[in-house]
Amino acid sequence: MASYEPKIVGFLCNWCTYAGADLAGTSRMQYPPNMRPIRVMCSSAVDSVYILRALLEGADGVFIGGCHPGDCHYVSGNYKARRRMVLFNSVMKSLGLDTDRVWLRWISAAEGRKFADTITEMTGHLSKKGPSAFKEKWEV
Amino acid sequence: MDEAVRPAENRRPRVGVFVCHCGINISGTVKIPEVLERVGKMPGVAVVKDYKYCCSDPGQQMVRDSVKADRLERVIVACCSPTLHETTFRTACAEAGLNSYQCEIANIREQCSWVTEDKDEATAKATEIIRTTMAKTVLDQPLEPITVSINKRALVVGAGIAGIQAALDIANAGYEVVLVEKEPSIGGHMAQLSETFPTLDCSQCILTPRTVETGRHPKIKLMTYSEIDSVAGYVGNFKVRIKNKARYVDFKACTGCGACLEKCPGRTESWFERGLTKGKAIYRLLPQAVPNKPVIDAKACIYLTKGKCGVCAKVCPTGAIRYDDTDRFVEEEVGAIVLATGYELFDAARLGSYGLGRVPDVIDGLAFERLLSASGPTSGEVKRPSDGRVPKKVVFVQCAGSRDSTAGMPYCSKICCMYTAKQAILYKHRVHDGEATICYIDVRTPGKGFEEFYKRATDDGVTYIRGKPSKIFRRGDKTVVWAADTLAGRKVELEADLVVLATAVVANPDGVALARKLKTQIDAHGFMTEAHPKLRPVETLTAGYFLAGCGQGPKDIPETVAQASAAAAKVLAMFGNTRLTHSPTTAQVDEEICVGCGYCERTCAYEAVKVDPGKKKAVVNAALCEGCGACAVACPSGAMTHKNATKKAIFEMADSF
Repeated sequence: MASYEPKIVGFLCNWCTYAGADLAGTSRMQYPPNMRPIRVMCSSAVDSVYILRALLEGADGVFIGGCHPGDCHYVSGNYKARRRMVLFNSVMKSLGLDTDRVWLRWISAAEGRKFADTITEMTGHLSKKGPSAFKEKWEV
Repeated sequence: MDEAVRPAENRRPRVGVFVCHCGINISGTVKIPEVLERVGKMPGVAVVKDYKYCCSDPGQQMVRDSVKADRLERVIVACCSPTLHETTFRTACAEAGLNSYQCEIANIREQCSWVTEDKDEATAKATEIIRTTMAKTVLDQPLEPITVSINKRALVVGAGIAGIQAALDIANAGYEVVLVEKEPSIGGHMAQLSETFPTLDCSQCILTPRTVETGRHPKIKLMTYSEIDSVAGYVGNFKVRIKNKARYVDFKACTGCGACLEKCPGRTESWFERGLTKGKAIYRLLPQAVPNKPVIDAKACIYLTKGKCGVCAKVCPTGAIRYDDTDRFVEEEVGAIVLATGYELFDAARLGSYGLGRVPDVIDGLAFERLLSASGPTSGEVKRPSDGRVPKKVVFVQCAGSRDSTAGMPYCSKICCMYTAKQAILYKHRVHDGEATICYIDVRTPGKGFEEFYKRATDDGVTYIRGKPSKIFRRGDKTVVWAADTLAGRKVELEADLVVLATAVVANPDGVALARKLKTQIDAHGFMTEAHPKLRPVETLTAGYFLAGCGQGPKDIPETVAQASAAAAKVLAMFGNTRLTHSPTTAQVDEEICVGCGYCERTCAYEAVKVDPGKKKAVVNAALCEGCGACAVACPSGAMTHKNATKKAIFEMADSF
């Protein structure tokens, strides 16, 4: 258990959070290396099945970063992502599954600090929480 | 069978991976030899190379040579963010004969070497990032950019100094411009100003040569008293529906003689005079108006509201009055749109303690401009609104709303320090024995000649008190300002004859509504958002829309003019092409699977997907599609996919970890 390092799959929207992550880098802000970034055009392009697939395939957490509400590059994509997240969580909850392994956060291109802090916080949270049981239990 | 000679579709494509050291930016934390070794073992990797600066000419040459020599079918460059050099390497690949969309960037600098201290962790993460990128890259299909024709006409929305400058620059380059202004004449707020800082040029005198040139320019189609109703289409090919509001005056018949203006008995609030005087129901904004033809305010016109009067029709020598006039709609086709929708002043009545609109003789900065202006209600004599007396003590209050997060405007309005100094100087010129006091938080003078101008104000005897007033109220015939002198550390009570509030600059509400209608980005305060705050200051993220003037953020006249010319230059650069290219990473429908349910159509923010009612299948207009991928998620049958970001590609990326 001591060697447990959470694995996080991150879906970063190209226009805000990916740029925010780049800014964190440009500003040399250090954060844990546990998140693997996947660049998507918009948070609305993150299908719920991507999240499930990542969890089933061994991720301990999934991070989704989008533009702030009202500031979506594609007008309203982040609202779609937000609605989907509510549905996703309600399904997870009704199945008795953790809802705190999937984080949806609004991080703008100017918020490098927020990006680094969020990834640090999420990594810490998942480290404390322990490995996801999801990846072990799905084979029937 | 040898892997290399098998048909391409039956085997993994040959991938070349190029790892950049970026000097020591990457190699300082990522152990390059280890990455090369681990990546070299990944399936499908035909070649792995490293170079100190891949973006340099020899670095690009290495990629080009390797694509040819190693018969590469995919290329991954592990380097800085794709926002920097994706185009560089895609172009290099294309030059070597590989489809540019089969080249991807693995971001191992901004998102790895710069954010990870531990060398082993950084090395492991860099390898994993390359692995993730590889999972997608091997699935990348060759794509060709979509090209569309350009209609080389421009639309400019708003004819303040920004819109005028942009329209003139584009028109003088030989292209037609449709210039739309919601007011009856052009010039915007600049036409309201008396003099301009820091030179004290008369605003009208420097503006009217431009308005006159605009009014008679053969390439400018001027539509005043008009609004944008809707915009359809996409960059290069917009269809704009414009509402010409009912003027009730026949534009062709009217000669602008002004006989109607003298006789009209109808009265109304005058926007242009900032409520200092009543305007007439038939009006033009100013004597030098372009076009110099009046319109009737239907809400104030006695004939139109009560059916009696008709004085203007009786006195009009050319019979130009048309009481039966209605709004008309026209369509224009353009290739580019410049948004120059401008600003408005924050309604300081919302700052209750400053008493605007409630306490007599509290006015805002633009109203004071009208009091100073020779064409204003007092013909340039400074008289206070309540009793018409010449004020002997004037207190100017800066930052009335600006830099005040409780009022919702945490930003600096940028122009107020300078225009308040100007107004105080001009007041002292008009009223020699008058006292001018300015309450300020900070005096900001970053501009050519600005600090000297501020110095001039203090030399002219203007008193500056550092502190934000707390309350403004009436006592007898005086207006009292409770302020603080934070430098002396004491409370101050100022008795004034007139108080001028430098109210915050806010985005014009009509501009905000238009931005929402056009679906172009605005920030939290309603200002339109530029594509990049430093490197793309006049473009928007919606292709074909450009920004000029205060609609993008508070700025002074020289900056506005510079930005307008920059926007015009961007339009002209676009018009210099014969066709425009558009990213081909759009949505795509598999018609075999599509059942025409229309979820995609409802999801699309750009009306790029429509269900064909005939064949009951979704159809993507690739030129309109911005490639967000939302429709692919919404599609319940999996018929809709996002080119080169398919479900399979994302699954492979997530699984690779």
